[in-house]
Amino acid sequence: MTATLRIEGLDKRFGGGRSLFGFGREKPAVHAVQDASLEVSRGQTLGIVGESGCGKSTLARMIVGLLPPSAGVIEIEGTNYADQAGKDPAAFGRVIQYVFQDPISSLNPRKTIRKILEAPLKLLHGMPADRRATRIDEILDAVNLRREFLDRYPHEFSGGQAQRIGIARALAAAPRILVLDEPVSALDVSVQAQVLNLLARLKDEFDLTYLFISHDLAVVEAVADRVAVMYFGRIVELAAAQDIFARPRHHYTALLARSAPTVGRPLGAPEGADAELPDPLNPPPGCAFARRCPAATEICRNLQPPLEDDGGGHFAACHNPAR
Amino acid sequence: MGAYILKRLLAAIPVILGITVIVFAIISLIPGDPATAILGSYATPENVEKLNRDLGLDKPLVQQYFIWLGNMLQGDFGRSFSLNRPVFDEVMERFGATLILAGTALVLCSILGVIAGVVSAARQYGFADKAITFVVLIGISIPSFFLGMMMILFFAVRLRLLPVSGMYAIYGGGDLPDLIRHLIMPATALAVVATGVVARLSRSAMLEVLRQDFIRTARAKGVGEGRVIWAHALKAAMVSIIPVIGVQAGFVLSGAVYIETVFQWPGVGRMLVNAILTRDILLVQGGVVIVAACYVLFNLAVDVAQSLLDPRVKT
Amino acid sequence: MTAAVSTAPTRKAASGTFLKLFARNRLAAAGGMILIAVVLIALLAPVLPLQDPYAQDLAQKFQRPFSPGHLLGTDHLGRDILSRLIWGTRLSLVVGVVASFGAAFFGSVIGIAAGYFGGRVDNWLMRAIDMLMAFPYILLALAIVAALGPGLVNALIAVSVVNIPFFARNIRGVTVSLAHKEFVDAARLTGQTDLGIMVSEILPNVLPVIVIAMSTTVGWMILETAGLSFLGLGSQPPVADLGSMLGEGRNALITDPHASIVPGLMIFVIVMSVNLVGDGIRDALDPRLRSGALTRPMARTVVDREAVPPAPEVPALLDVQDLRTEFRVGKRTLHALSGVTLQVRAGECVGLIGESGSGKSVTALSVMGLVASPPGVIAGGTVRYAGQEILGAPFARLRDLRGDRISYIFQDPLATLHPLYTIGDQIVEAICAHHPVPKAEARKRALDLLESVRMPNAASRIDNYPHQMSGGMRQRVGIAMALVNDPDLIIADEPTTALDVTVQAQILSLLDDLRRERNVAILFITHDFGVVAQLCDRIAVMYAGRIVETGPTGAILSDPAHPYTRRLIACVPELGGGRRELHAIPGLPPAVDDLPPGCAFAPRCDKAQPACRGGEIALDGFGETRAVRCLFPENADAEARA
Repeated sequence: MTATLRIEGLDKRFGGGRSLFGFGREKPAVHAVQDASLEVSRGQTLGIVGESGCGKSTLARMIVGLLPPSAGVIEIEGTNYADQAGKDPAAFGRVIQYVFQDPISSLNPRKTIRKILEAPLKLLHGMPADRRATRIDEILDAVNLRREFLDRYPHEFSGGQAQRIGIARALAAAPRILVLDEPVSALDVSVQAQVLNLLARLKDEFDLTYLFISHDLAVVEAVADRVAVMYFGRIVELAAAQDIFARPRHHYTALLARSAPTVGRPLGAPEGADAELPDPLNPPPGCAFARRCPAATEICRNLQPPLEDDGGGHFAACHNPAR
Repeated sequence: MGAYILKRLLAAIPVILGITVIVFAIISLIPGDPATAILGSYATPENVEKLNRDLGLDKPLVQQYFIWLGNMLQGDFGRSFSLNRPVFDEVMERFGATLILAGTALVLCSILGVIAGVVSAARQYGFADKAITFVVLIGISIPSFFLGMMMILFFAVRLRLLPVSGMYAIYGGGDLPDLIRHLIMPATALAVVATGVVARLSRSAMLEVLRQDFIRTARAKGVGEGRVIWAHALKAAMVSIIPVIGVQAGFVLSGAVYIETVFQWPGVGRMLVNAILTRDILLVQGGVVIVAACYVLFNLAVDVAQSLLDPRVKT
Repeated sequence: MTAAVSTAPTRKAASGTFLKLFARNRLAAAGGMILIAVVLIALLAPVLPLQDPYAQDLAQKFQRPFSPGHLLGTDHLGRDILSRLIWGTRLSLVVGVVASFGAAFFGSVIGIAAGYFGGRVDNWLMRAIDMLMAFPYILLALAIVAALGPGLVNALIAVSVVNIPFFARNIRGVTVSLAHKEFVDAARLTGQTDLGIMVSEILPNVLPVIVIAMSTTVGWMILETAGLSFLGLGSQPPVADLGSMLGEGRNALITDPHASIVPGLMIFVIVMSVNLVGDGIRDALDPRLRSGALTRPMARTVVDREAVPPAPEVPALLDVQDLRTEFRVGKRTLHALSGVTLQVRAGECVGLIGESGSGKSVTALSVMGLVASPPGVIAGGTVRYAGQEILGAPFARLRDLRGDRISYIFQDPLATLHPLYTIGDQIVEAICAHHPVPKAEARKRALDLLESVRMPNAASRIDNYPHQMSGGMRQRVGIAMALVNDPDLIIADEPTTALDVTVQAQILSLLDDLRRERNVAILFITHDFGVVAQLCDRIAVMYAGRIVETGPTGAILSDPAHPYTRRLIACVPELGGGRRELHAIPGLPPAVDDLPPGCAFAPRCDKAQPACRGGEIALDGFGETRAVRCLFPENADAEARA
């Protein structure tokens, strides 16, 4: 079976080059995503976790075609889309859609919900007006929104409702894959669960494949089949969701799991206060986590570890894995 | 800091070159040829042609531009035909008078405007705020040239407190007190509009800053209200007020053209208007380029001041 | 903090409010009326019984106003000033409006294109605009008039061109921020072209800004064209706009001032009324002004209460009793707190937990009168520190307490530190605001504290500005600043919410160590049960402006009494739970300007009975240390009480 989504060697650099008029020093470049490779098979949910600045949103924006990658392959159902990224987002739009973190700012404040939902039907699928109306009704039912919302404006909705509208818009494009970029982190917990459960139901109903990005390990664990952990632009660990936090191989994953505040676990600093974060403009030569890592050895500081399988489908990029 | 100034100076060079290009392009739009304008409509074709050749106007435009630019770089801005003296000398002499007038007005409007804006914001919706807002509204609505004329009528003609016009008294003047007496009315009239603008923007900048979280932090620390307003808030507000003052310098310089006309102030603005009306093209060209270049340098100084205030600017 | 304030007003429909808001502004309405009158007269000029504005009569020159046949007198050529004034007004208005439309159109096109495309397009367009801005604007106008020759149309072109940069820069700024909004990305993914996005996504959002910019510059443009005419570079005789009338009148200013005063006053009246209307439009269109957000908070929250509740029998370090804080926005009142009672004892850590809009941050800020006011008002209740009433105390007393006995740590350490002072100066200031110690000694203290909050490299970091530090380091500065005067109580308002988990873990353990070392009490505001469970001795759960349950942390987490608490805990996914369906609470929290009678949670509660929706429900104690505000609690002990 071919993977629904496969990316290989995906790379993104920002900046670099020279300033206007060609003189002046070369501008510093930031390597936001480096050599990211992963596969998601049909109907699966892949979780991507990491802290701010780890490159998870950049990766997502490349996968949906909003940002051209500097190098690499983006293959959706066997077709490579990488060349169209950043040039023709509409080509992506028919197969993959994006649900944004901030539900309110992802809706144009001056458009009614009907206009927002109609755009993908009209522009991506060229649907005539009568079929659009039926289709919109179907989608509204699917996300549990009432029909009278259609002629209202986004500011009249709460965060949870707005996020459902955002999901409805993504569904309207009839994509194969949804990229969910922190879809619940702007919501309160009581509403967060509503949206997560809705997403789970929609996945079966519309036969979707999910890429679920979050900084909240517990949420990811609850929704994902497999999880990728990103640190400093690289995927450092990739494994089944029930394994990855319970039995982490990479020391960064272990630190993340220990840091999440949990009822019933005493407070304790999981690492020293002087833990030094790497500088994106001046990245260290070896493993980016080496300077914070309790198990770091000489080789870690000099050589970038490759992402390797332990034989059981549990990948980690570590010279001295925890297991 | 030195590197920053040097960088800004280097960046100013293309801007000044751009100014010369724009001025040259605009002036070369002039219909008909300047020679006819200079010699009058009764000139013989031969004389016109000779003058055109003397002025280099028979050459292609690009070449004309570089000749003009090259001459300017050597300090040669040509001769004003209406005044029959070198453009550079005339402009520099007049520019001094304009700087005295506009500089005074700029200092006045910056100080008064910022103080009014801060007081107004600190006492939002109070009496002081309403009074200041009202005065400011009148200030920005009244044409400065009209205000100047009314001041002449009232202070000079009716009360006989101040001289009607000019920069120095014709007899027995020429000293500093004389200059100041002549300066009061035009500088005030010129400063009024700019003060209004600075006050308005200072007020809204202060209101914006006072809502920021770091002001709440200062209050939560127990810092006194005077210090919260005049140190914490004003310092942060200055980041957006200083560029406004920079822009106001341009407005004051512009307003000076009217004020110089009303008060017969021997400045560069009045000179330019006369030059346009007499079609003294070289004088217009030279005057505009010199004043604009000085304005660019002034704005550079504003940027430097900004970077001294705000540590986030430096790169 | 005041999510209730910022989101709630927008729920009301925006349509139709514009005219209402505009009319509410009396000055703008007055300006509008004057302007309408002026425009009407100008429009009617051809049919009004006016004399010929060009008819000269040298015998009648410089007639005074109110002379027979000439209501406003005559000018130097004996022409009727009233007639010339009205015709001139017509001309000035048209020229000003056309110039501003021209500038707005070209400026907006440039601004939107530059802001939307960014990169190279932006760079070149903005360089060109900067070039125009490099001229004092009148020089450019003069150069254009010099080239095109004096004349009203040419003056119009000059004024218009000179104002293009203003529009271009403004519109570009707004467009840049819009172009990075997520809805623009969403539009791209729905297949919209660049042109389509600019026209249908960007333009509708930029339009109010364009209108505001125009309404605030029309007056200015009228002034400028009048100015050029005044100099003799605009309208040419015998046609006259207001500026050239003034210019002609100036020649006889001293002998016959009325020929100058009349047109001058007219310009003033027009520009003033245009400015008034422009300000009114701006105030009505700008969403921030509309919600009253652009008011500056005063030094302390306004207190407007009827009675002060009596002191409790056993005073604690901090006693909050029946606190009612409201936000009065226009005619609406948002009841952010409807009677909060809370105690913090010396050395104790109390967690105040709730969802957004529950009032937890408002409670925290109300304690020291830091709720932004306007629109915040403390409408009832009291706060006592060590038995002493704070809310009614003189400001000097409140200021003495702030930062000395009770200090704060806020959520976002980048926004809460002053960007232009070094962190050392900011900590030193906190000391010097309360204790007259020499600068050097204060600095020594600041350095010690930075070391005790485990700031790496404290000695060199002390002279850094906040933007030079990471989020975790900034929050360490925030903690150092809160500790600097050895306070009795620290109020920490979501201090780790903006931080990454690994950094959050460090900050939490630091706070825990420090509070035990220094025996300082903490009121910890958060939405995260995990954080509360690890840090706090006691918990108070808030919902819709009330505390619905309080008690020791362990007891509440293992055996919640209020249905809301129980279900909220169930909603929180915990690590190690595996893949599963999560519990959700259906519905939404109530809007705080429309609270239901009785229990605010009743509409979402599966145990609710008619009695729940009836009257006030008290926060009743049960067991030794617990209390719950519920008629049908989950917990057997609580049920058994009373």
